[in-house]
Amino acid sequence: MAEEAAYLHFRDDSPHEEPAVTLDSFLADQSNATAVRVEPGDEARALIPHLDRLALIEVSFPSFRDGRGYSTARILREAGYRGELRAEGDVLVDQIPLMRRCGFDSFAPAAPIDAAVLQRSLARYPQPYQKAADGAVPVWKLRHG
Amino acid sequence: MRLITGNDLATGDVVWWTGTDWSRHVEQAADAGERAEAIAREEEAARRVNVPYVIAATATADGPRPAHIKDRIRALGPTVRPDLTLKPADPAAGSWVI
Amino acid sequence: MYRYDEYDQSIVDARVDEFRDQVRRRLAGEITEDQFKPLRLMNGLYLQLHAYMLRVAVPYGTLDSRQMRMLAHVARTYDRGYGHFTTRQNIQYNWIRLDQAPDILAELATVEMHAIQTSGNCIRNISSDQYAGAAADEVADPRPWAELIRQWSTFHPEFTYLPRKFKIAVIAAEEDRAAMRLHDIGIRLTRRDGVLGATVFVGGGMGRTPMIAHEIRDFVTADDLMSYLEACLRVYNRYGRRDNIYKARIKILLHEIGPDEYRRQVEEEFAKVKALGIDPPAAELARITAMFAPPAFDPAAAGDVADRSDPDFAVWLDQNVRAHRQPGYAIVNISLKPVGGIPGDASADQIDVMADLAQRYGFDELRVTHAQNIVLPHVRIADLKAVWSALVDAGLAEANLDLISDIIACPGLDYCSLANARSIPLAQKIGERFADPARQRDLGELKLKISGCINACGHHHAGHIGILGVDRKGTENFQLLLGGSGAEDVSLGRITGPGFDEDGVVDAIERVTDKYLEVRETGERFVDTYRRVGMTPFKEAIYG
Repeated sequence: MAEEAAYLHFRDDSPHEEPAVTLDSFLADQSNATAVRVEPGDEARALIPHLDRLALIEVSFPSFRDGRGYSTARILREAGYRGELRAEGDVLVDQIPLMRRCGFDSFAPAAPIDAAVLQRSLARYPQPYQKAADGAVPVWKLRHG
Repeated sequence: MRLITGNDLATGDVVWWTGTDWSRHVEQAADAGERAEAIAREEEAARRVNVPYVIAATATADGPRPAHIKDRIRALGPTVRPDLTLKPADPAAGSWVI
Repeated sequence: MYRYDEYDQSIVDARVDEFRDQVRRRLAGEITEDQFKPLRLMNGLYLQLHAYMLRVAVPYGTLDSRQMRMLAHVARTYDRGYGHFTTRQNIQYNWIRLDQAPDILAELATVEMHAIQTSGNCIRNISSDQYAGAAADEVADPRPWAELIRQWSTFHPEFTYLPRKFKIAVIAAEEDRAAMRLHDIGIRLTRRDGVLGATVFVGGGMGRTPMIAHEIRDFVTADDLMSYLEACLRVYNRYGRRDNIYKARIKILLHEIGPDEYRRQVEEEFAKVKALGIDPPAAELARITAMFAPPAFDPAAAGDVADRSDPDFAVWLDQNVRAHRQPGYAIVNISLKPVGGIPGDASADQIDVMADLAQRYGFDELRVTHAQNIVLPHVRIADLKAVWSALVDAGLAEANLDLISDIIACPGLDYCSLANARSIPLAQKIGERFADPARQRDLGELKLKISGCINACGHHHAGHIGILGVDRKGTENFQLLLGGSGAEDVSLGRITGPGFDEDGVVDAIERVTDKYLEVRETGERFVDTYRRVGMTPFKEAIYG
């Protein structure tokens, strides 16, 4: 049996434990919450005025085929969100490197992730072609400085 | 009759359930009856077949004949390349498909 | 031609390693087929009717002789001695073993080739004009822009799980040789006040709901292009439909919210994205453009004339050879549509012959066309006879470019698990019915396109004559369409009426072409006549 990753957390702080409230609840009457859950169809930009008060935004992936959460993550990072950004649900090992590039730094996959496979995946590509939400330097920048 | 067909996981070859194993030749396919779906699930879980599915077929003197043209083409090979079918020496093999 | 540097090579090599690991995990049972499917598709590996099928990318249809020989090698070593050139300017192999697929990718990587994003719900191979760099009517070579987009779209972290596949074409001439307006995004380069920029069209496509792309932005400079495309894709990724696979393409989003609203959303997103600094500097486009510099044409070739004394050669010259912008040179079209043959198929030996000709006579360049033919873009006129002779010997000298037998056909039910009817046997029957070359030339330009199912891989909506194969109670049935075009006069074909069996549709086509010959006016192509007289006379001829 392959070893499962102990935790999938790529931050210096520990995972935020407070249960996340839905985006609708947060906007309606639970604005004191520090953790919000965003579903694929939710308008993530509604959170922008509140980002500095949030410790966790959990982006839900009901199916690994639904890629809306990737845009959600980038939009939140582009708006300056610095807190924990967690991908939760049907998250597969081969998707995590892309999700990292979109700004996710925490993962709660529904099914276990093989730690060795993940480690290889994350180390595999020496550099990306395009600039995204992680700090990776794109090829064009390496070429031209 | 009800046949189970799918592809070999590693090679991609079209295969047919013979009752005990998988064969490339539809002539060797066996009626899987009511247990067809269960067998398909078990065999797929054991990776002895990939993407199996159950089809209707009729028993003929020459062996089972799948009901749908798509499965007859799968059983034989491309009608436009007789040389690449399972019966390259039989120029009339293509007429079995139609 | 574009050449990989260490960065490009390391990315493609990493992909080989990644796919090898994914295949290992699948064979070991660590991942299910359901999980593996999107992974293999993003590497162009399908499970088709008879075996796995591998689609290898030919970015913007351009390749050199070394790459072409590798395609022959793959056909010989890992497949059954042939390959099939596709309407996205790629090549696919029909008899691949999953356990050998990583080795094939490793071999391809040695000649700067791959199968990245040739399937899956991601940005697919960028297509372009097969005459790029040779055509007199282009404002610039579109391929550097296509390469820029290729790099941007390769493993794009945000756009790898889109609602549906996404196809982009880049052209740079008024004449549209790449069906640009039938792409999710079509880009036409244009010059304004001396500055090169792109007109962007969005929301075209074929499939079961064919639509012509709308102009969304009249001018985007290279400095803004990546930000602009990122905005276009982000709006689609967020709001494109995911509840119904048949309504998931961007054309449906455009149709539902309207082009004006889509444009507004894109502009709003673009304003935000532009601030992120994701656009490569001008030096990057300049670096790529330098690699597409024209070859070292010989000025002394300007006075060349072809010896037309051999009538067969003269016919081929007139039909398959097109004017080049460089005096003394010509563009050679190699038809992969011999009468009775399989459209787009070429044997490993034929692929090698074409590679040899490109190396010896064509500045080492070849192109794949969306019409499933091959082009030698730069051949000296004095060498045309030698090229033709070699093509004759290889069975590649069919003089039928853009004629009724130059048929686009998808693989159909002979190979494809999605198909409802066989396309290839029908293409063969039509080719045989109209086999007489003089009769074909009399009919003139007539683009006939066949799809074996509603997904329209054979571009039937865009055929002057289109055919759609359907399943009618377990038997093959064919619908006939008239009046489509994928060119600059883009239009969508209309169904004539009730469908036919295989022989019936061949007869119906002949009644249509007979009617055309009867009513055409001087200089009119078939599609011009159709547009002038409308469907009724043809309908009467078919069903009357």
